[in-house]
Order: sequence, then structure tokens, then C-alpha cells
Amino acid sequence: MTRYVVQRVLSLIPVLIGVTLLVFLIMQLAPGDPVKIMLGPRASEQAVNQLRRDMGLDQPIHIQYLRWLGGVLRGDWGRSIQLKREVLPYLVGRFQNSAYLMVLALSAACLIGVPAGIISAIRQYSLGDRVAMVLVLVGFSTPVFWLGIILQIVFGLMLGILPVSGIQSPGQTGTLDLILHLILPSVTLATGPMAIIARMTRSSMLEVIRQDYIRTARAKGLRERLVISRHGVRNALIPVVTVIGLQAGYLLGGDILVEMVFSYPGIGLAMVTGILARDFPIVQGAILMVASSYVLVNLVTDLAYAYIDPRIHYGT
Amino acid sequence: MEREIELRPGKASAARPVEWKLAGRPRSLTYDALRRLWRDRAAVVSAAFLVLMIIVSLLAPLIAPMDPTVTNLPKRLLPPGSPGHLLGTDELGRDMLSRLIWGGRVSLFVGFIAVLIAMSAGVVVGLLAGYFGGWVDSVIMRLIDILMAFPSLLLAIAVVAALGPGLTNAMLAVSIVGIPYYARIVRGSVLSLRNQEFVQAARVIGAGDLRIIVYHILANSLAPLIVAATLDVGWMIMAAAGLSFLGLGAQPPTAEWGVMLSAGRQQIRNAPHISILPGLMIFLVVLALNFLGDGVRDAMDPRLRQ
Repeated sequence: MTRYVVQRVLSLIPVLIGVTLLVFLIMQLAPGDPVKIMLGPRASEQAVNQLRRDMGLDQPIHIQYLRWLGGVLRGDWGRSIQLKREVLPYLVGRFQNSAYLMVLALSAACLIGVPAGIISAIRQYSLGDRVAMVLVLVGFSTPVFWLGIILQIVFGLMLGILPVSGIQSPGQTGTLDLILHLILPSVTLATGPMAIIARMTRSSMLEVIRQDYIRTARAKGLRERLVISRHGVRNALIPVVTVIGLQAGYLLGGDILVEMVFSYPGIGLAMVTGILARDFPIVQGAILMVASSYVLVNLVTDLAYAYIDPRIHYGT
Repeated sequence: MEREIELRPGKASAARPVEWKLAGRPRSLTYDALRRLWRDRAAVVSAAFLVLMIIVSLLAPLIAPMDPTVTNLPKRLLPPGSPGHLLGTDELGRDMLSRLIWGGRVSLFVGFIAVLIAMSAGVVVGLLAGYFGGWVDSVIMRLIDILMAFPSLLLAIAVVAALGPGLTNAMLAVSIVGIPYYARIVRGSVLSLRNQEFVQAARVIGAGDLRIIVYHILANSLAPLIVAATLDVGWMIMAAAGLSFLGLGAQPPTAEWGVMLSAGRQQIRNAPHISILPGLMIFLVVLALNFLGDGVRDAMDPRLRQ
């Protein structure tokens, strides 16, 4: 196991280098001179040259990359052109806001998706199972940005019971206010993953309850509830762990759209406003941060899978 | 490829043991798959809906009641059911029905073309990696690992961030995101087919690499590709609309579902239909594509049925 962990962690190095290279190239590939784009058409020649020197853009490209990478590793992620402040501390704050949203959404998706999948599998082809499976398809066919707007209309404008945008009401700092603001965005974000988790749990459970050991458990007179909970669910959940890990990737993407709908000040909103304002340091920083967390989540998922499934040996 | 020939028992009697007879002429795999698909009601209804949407999109210039970009401020924000405007008007008085029809043309076109680009590029890359193996495979797979280290939508956004916002760039972005998936599917089937006897037989009788790849390997990898593509069109339509919603794809005043939805957000108090209707269209098209995709998967490989 230790050897597997070490190998898996080492395998991240080339991937992370590739990720930084791609993120670095975003600015290089952008059409036109990024410095002129950032400063606008009326900037003086002197200001353009100054910024170009400050950003090290007068150097050859491989030197630029290494200098940029060095800065990233030391915690110097550059300065935002628009906000005139350090990128890293700003994005860390934004990322924290997004993390509340994603953790809440993923928990909701698991708490509803897993039991729904198990019940559907136990009652395969019942009315409830059929309805649940249609709802699953509806769930992952619904564009999050549309669902968000509908929830805003229903719960914010028609019923008036939940706030529809931002993270806190003006002048408020309480946790309750924060939680109220998180409800609609996290429900919106949870729908897709919930559907996929339910579907995967169901098919994994269906596979497990046809196994010989389940028949053995029934044959020795174990009560059905124990057969399902002790022998069924515990084995069925192993592949579901991987699916839950994969959903984190979906959340990191869907989060960007949801933050836009609810004007929620997370990393996604920072990224999109950065792109529209051509604020490259913010854009690069935000993309790097989200992509690296995705790589880390994948690592944790793989390790968790290896840990909880005793049948898997990664000796070689 | 093996054909499925059904054997049925004939009449058995004490004197004669069971005789097995061919139930009919051997049928092609495609015929069998289509027959199974035809029995899947949800898939048939979805396919019919999609065909209707495609026809409406193609005929948009003939059937849309008005020009989708002509504004008419005195008639702005009319609710659905208003005289002359079946689905109402938007914030600039443009006819919603006409905009939805033209918008479908853009969204469907983007979805299908993006899948076509992703699949073509992915197939070439996957074939090269799987067939030649060695360093070609290693280099390609490492590049794919890097692309897959990004959540899909984030990668699309990163590409648009580099190329600049716009409909063409958004379409290109979602297709680039799709390439790794197709490449992996094709590479996987190449690896399992490469050493099969029929490929070796082809090589022995002197077939060249290209002939083997196209006629023997690619032809046998089509089933998983078709299934993946059907399910993918929906994702691509949704992702491209999402990019437009963020302001990174199609730009106003283009009639595109994502753009319309985004513009309607300013009016959700007085005229919610402006954002609800385009979203509903995206939802219905993606739902139909998912039902059809599930149906195609079950029909092509009944073992996968869940």
C-alpha cells in the first residue's frame, strides 16, 4: 500500500507540470499583445513597456515560464490588473467561499443519491424505481444555470423565503444568514451529481445482490435487512466512492455557472469576470487553483478506493 | 463478426428427439440493434422529437414568423399568448418564438459539429496511440492525462480564455474537451483488437497498416463510439450554451439559447418567460438526447442494460 501511495503521488508531478504549462500558455496564446489588451487602447508606449518589463514579458518564452512557475511555487501569483492587489490571497478567500458551496452540494448529493439508488435497486422495476430513474435522467439533463434561475423565481420572487444572490445580506455577518444564502446555490449544484450518484449506486447494488454470497446470507436465514445492509450495501458502495470523487470534478465546473447565476463571490465568479476584463493574472491563478484541487481530489479518491477495497492489491 | 442465428426446437415426440431448426434468415447486427431500439418507447419518442427539432432548425428562415434580431421597443416584454407573438417578446420587443427557432439552429449545429470535431480528432489520436504503441502511445497518453486533469467545463473556459470569447471559439473549446474521451475509447478497442486472429490474418495476406486500421480495427470500434457520441451531443449543447450564458460564447444580439437565457435574467421579475423558455428548450433537447443515448447503448449491447 505504501508503495502504491508513493507511486501515485509521484505520478502527479508530470501532470501538475503539464497543468502549469497549459495555464501559462493561456496568456501566450491569447490573440494580440496581452499587455496592450490589459492596459487598453489608450495606454502610452511608456506604460506598455513598463508593464511588459514588470511582468517579464520581454524575456524568451522558456525563461518566462520558469520565472512564472518559480513565482507560483513561492506564493507570488502576480498582481491583478483590475483590482490592483495580490492574486493569491484574493483567490484563497474566494476559493473558501466556493468550498462551502461545493461541500454542502456534495453532501446533499450523497445523502439523497446513495439511499435513493439503494432503494431503487432493492425494488427493481417497481413504480418507485421507474420514477426515480426518469428523475435521474431529468436531473442530469437540466442545465444548472436554468435550474438556478427557476429556483430564484420560485423561492426568491414568488415565495420570498430565500435570498437569491450574494453570500451575506448587507450589514449581516451571522452564520444563519450565510447558510440561508447557501441553500439555493447548493441545491442547484447538487442536482447533477445526485442523479449520477443515484444511478451508479443502483447499478452497483443490482450487481451485488445477484452474487452468491448474498444468496448464502439469505440461505443461512439472515434477516433481509441485515443481508442488504451488512452484505449488500457495504460491497456496493466501493465503486460508488470513485463516482463521488469524479463528481467533485463536475462540481468544480458546475460551480462556475452556479456562482454566476447567484452572483456568489467564489472562485468561479472571479475567473469569469477576470476573463471578460482580460485580467490574465486572475484568470491564470483561478484556473490553476481549480485544476490543482481537481488533481488532488482525484488522488484522494484513488487512495480511498485502494484503502477501502481489501481485494485490491497494488504490489506491482 | 459473429452473426446471431436463433435456433428453435421443433416438435419433439417419443420416436424423434428434439430437432433444432433455423428460425429465419440470419440478420445483420445493425438490423437487430435497430429492432431493439424500435421497441424502446422513450428512445423512439426522443428520436422523433429530435428529428422534428432538426427539421424546424433547418427550415428556420421559412417558418420563423419574424426576423429574430428586429427590435420593436413599444412591444417589449409581452407575455406568451399575446396577439401576433405566440410566445411573447423579449426585453427589446423581439419575437420569442422566432428567436427560439433560430436559437435552436445555432445550438444544435454547435452540438453536432463539436461532437464531429472531437470524435474525428479523438479517433485519429486514439488509433495512432493504440496501433503503434511504444513512445507514440506514451507521449499521446501523457498529453491526454494533462487534458483530463482539468474538470471539463474548466478546460473549455481555459480554451476560451486563451482564444477569446465568441461562438466559434466556444465550439472549438467544447470539442477540445471531448477529444481525450474518444481517444481513450478508440485506444482501448484497438488494444483489444490488435492481436486478434482476424487482424493477424489480414496482415498475413499482405494488408497494409492503413487498410488494417480502417477496415478491421476502426470498423469494429464503431459501436462504443456511436454510443458515446449520442450521449455527448447533449453535453456539448449544454456546455456551449453555458459558455454563452457566461458571456464567453455566442454574443448578443445572436439568437442563441444560452445568450437569450442570460439576457432574460435582468427581467425575471416582470417577464420570467424570457429566460425560462430558452432553458426549457435546452433541457428538452438534452433530455431527448440522453433517452436516445441510453436506448442506443442498450440496443447495441444488450449486456449493458441495467
